[in-house]
Amino acid sequence: MKIGRVTGTVVSTEKLESLEGIKLLLVQPLDENMKSNGSPLVACDTVQAGTGDLVIYEGGREAAVALDNWFNPSDAAVIGIIDQIDQVGK
Amino acid sequence: MILARVCGTVVSTVKIEDLEGLKLMIVQPVSPGGEAAGKQIVAVDTVQAGVGDYVLVIDEGGSAGIMLEMSSQAIRTVIAAIVDRIDVVKEGKYVR
Repeated sequence: MKIGRVTGTVVSTEKLESLEGIKLLLVQPLDENMKSNGSPLVACDTVQAGTGDLVIYEGGREAAVALDNWFNPSDAAVIGIIDQIDQVGK
Repeated sequence: MILARVCGTVVSTVKIEDLEGLKLMIVQPVSPGGEAAGKQIVAVDTVQAGVGDYVLVIDEGGSAGIMLEMSSQAIRTVIAAIVDRIDVVKEGKYVR
């Protein structure tokens, strides 16, 4: 699981049937100092995250399994909205 | 398994069912010498690790699902053990 920030949404009407009805979020990966780190990715939303939310997202096959219909090719899914982060020395 | 150091905790109340009741910790992959080696990731704690502990992290869905005895394996990053000591062979002699 990695930490990211939702920076926008992606709307797509022409897409795979299994991805229908799933909100697509634009997620910017963050590093430990909450700075942008790496290129943004598009993730399926499972927790009704909104733009600006700090979220936990998962990649790989686990992302597809997190969705209701697990038989789909999703490779990134937002699986939690972060309320608080406590870090040593920060 | 990945050698890592626990350097924080994450609190999340709105999350998928699989994550409910599980402690989320931020871990920093480290080399045997202790230097940071890779990006920080969030892992589910199953051994009551504390901040500052050196731990072994599993980052693969199949094993995580088995460890957490979960039907759907939406979790892949799990802290599996707390490391007490590491012995490293360097040019033929052990260095702790």
